[in-house]
Amino acid sequence: MAETQLKAFNVNFGPMHPSAHGVLRLVLEMSGEVVERCDPHIGLLHRGTEKLIEQKTYMQAVPYLDRMDYTSSINNEHPFVMAVEKLLGIEVPPRAQYMRVLWDELGRINHHLLNTGANAMDVGAMTPILYLFEQRERIWEFAERVSGSRMHTAFYRVGGVAFDMPAGLAEDIVAWTHTFEKVVEDIEGLLLNNRIWKQRMVDIGVITAEQALDWGLAGPQLRASGVAWDLRKSQPYAAYADMDFDIPVGKNGDCYDRYLIHLVEMHESCKIIRQAIAKMPGGPVRVDNRKVSPPPRAEMKNSMEALIHHFKLFSEGYRVPAGESYSAIEGPKGELAVYLVSDGTNKPYRCKIRPPAFVNLQALDMMSKGHMLADIVANIGTIDLVFGEVDR
Amino acid sequence: MAELWTGYVWPVVIIIAEIIAIVLPLLIGVAYLTYAERKVIGAIQLRKGPNTVGPFGLLQPMADGAKLFFKEIIIPQGASKGVFLLAPMMTFTLALIAWAVIPVNAGWVLSNINVGVLYLFAISSLGVYGIIMAGWASNSKYAFLGGLRSAAQMVSYEVSIGFVMISILLCVGSLNLSDVVHAQEKGVWFIIPHFPMFIVFYISGLAETNRSPFDLPEGESELVAGYMVEYSGMPFALFFLGEYANMFLMSGTITTLFLGGWLPPIAVAPFTWVPGIIWFALKVCVLLFGFLWIRATMPRYRYDQLMRLGWKVFLPLSLVWLVLTAGVLEVFGLVPN
Repeated sequence: MAETQLKAFNVNFGPMHPSAHGVLRLVLEMSGEVVERCDPHIGLLHRGTEKLIEQKTYMQAVPYLDRMDYTSSINNEHPFVMAVEKLLGIEVPPRAQYMRVLWDELGRINHHLLNTGANAMDVGAMTPILYLFEQRERIWEFAERVSGSRMHTAFYRVGGVAFDMPAGLAEDIVAWTHTFEKVVEDIEGLLLNNRIWKQRMVDIGVITAEQALDWGLAGPQLRASGVAWDLRKSQPYAAYADMDFDIPVGKNGDCYDRYLIHLVEMHESCKIIRQAIAKMPGGPVRVDNRKVSPPPRAEMKNSMEALIHHFKLFSEGYRVPAGESYSAIEGPKGELAVYLVSDGTNKPYRCKIRPPAFVNLQALDMMSKGHMLADIVANIGTIDLVFGEVDR
Repeated sequence: MAELWTGYVWPVVIIIAEIIAIVLPLLIGVAYLTYAERKVIGAIQLRKGPNTVGPFGLLQPMADGAKLFFKEIIIPQGASKGVFLLAPMMTFTLALIAWAVIPVNAGWVLSNINVGVLYLFAISSLGVYGIIMAGWASNSKYAFLGGLRSAAQMVSYEVSIGFVMISILLCVGSLNLSDVVHAQEKGVWFIIPHFPMFIVFYISGLAETNRSPFDLPEGESELVAGYMVEYSGMPFALFFLGEYANMFLMSGTITTLFLGGWLPPIAVAPFTWVPGIIWFALKVCVLLFGFLWIRATMPRYRYDQLMRLGWKVFLPLSLVWLVLTAGVLEVFGLVPN
């Protein structure tokens, strides 16, 4: 009998696929419904963010970071401004620190909402995402009230934040967190103990703690595997040292644990938001250093000095002392970091971004091997892929 | 000549008129089921649903139909053209012709045959061919996987549907669907003694019509649109309408077998004034609402889980119930003659 070589059944999953979360392209080698190998192809949304930042002054670079993870734009700005502040050696006023905590947590909720909803939709439950988008809309409205822009806020500035909060916003946010937690409970009611949901999520895409560390995962993906690692606790930045919150840690590292971590983190974020607003001190929201932070409009009408500062800041920008700095925050998806090299001019020499989604994507093959086609979708849903960030 | 008229022509005219009387309301029903689905799911999801075309969006199905009618029919390269075009026609036709035996009111049935249940069963089994043909003829990997899934799924759930039907037939003693309803007129609706089987049948019905949570053949998030991925224009519309017509058919079958067909809930004055067809339609609507509600609520099963549910849970359950029914009927001397 002649021997025949069986060829694996190749499926091209994406880039135009309803659950490819943007432009993910997977080349799947399948034997029937079982995936033998899954090969992610990236770069379809590459815009050269890092290179573009090298062409812009430090202040002009901030909006580019917004476009990376468009589900939680505001968080992306944080590591960059932190890195520049480190190089400049300036202290951010406490009110700005608290505001950064507040908006980071709103961003985290914004991301987790989309992630949980999209994950549920990929697994076939189409209702949660629409409930959750209603809440995202609220967050965008808050962002609009504080920064004038809904999604791409460009709100953090080197030395603080762009504007102080308008009157009444803090109260509205606190009131919203209470109603929001009820919505999250609704979603829990739909999914948490849903048998089909559990069958689809439990023991799917298991990552052990060791594997998670080996693959460099961070954030919810790492914590779901049982490693209590959170930069907000381990190296508190902004005002996180003053916040009282818990880090949810998973046990099995499967999709269900990752989903639970996302849910619990939303509750924890609400806790932090309420604390940040309660404890928020008064005072300026930007550093009082005219070499970095533009003077107020009124001052420019009378002061020649202020006018010159304003002109210099918005034409040349500020020069940053030569050196390099690395600053990381606990982004919604994990360690979101910027490595900045300055050559002493007004533009960064190099800006390397560590996007957590890119790292998470690498683990997809490892966690998907031997699972069925439908499980790939659940895996993609829980490892928080946002392609603006993967491809940059 | 007169003999030719009374013997051949007139009956044909009558039959055609009857067919139109069944198919036309059915098609309108199908069109408005798509509208109802969007409205119901919209309401569940805090949306409005279609509301711009006509009053309350009531003309939306017409607009959708017109749109699909004027779209180009794209036949992929490498597709088997004949089979590719035959598949949607087959799905749609099969969803319609099964209505020939379903009694919508006392005596209102196109063909009151004595093997009605068998006919229904045969037609619903044939439904899988449309999907396999589409999956194979499209010459696309997603469509192929969708077709395979669908074939396995429909065959699996057919088995338990068959056993549930046999349990009912044991209590009726006839394969005629009108007799099934008459049997419920004398006693109680079969949903009461056979309640577990009603659940099994309803869930199997979801699987049989490829509805959520068993919509794996379409499996939007995995297979894009499964077996229909390559279809456009009118062939797509036929698949789409076929799916909804199948939902109607399944609800009609469940109504006849379990919910007493055209019978009013209680045979007393105000209820008996309402014509039987209204009761029938109401029951069908309630069941269809369940279809839509489930779609908005449930995640999708995975392929192996679906097979496990069919073969390891429903099949033994319906088999045990069949034996139990037979035993009870025999012991208490209730076997219908």
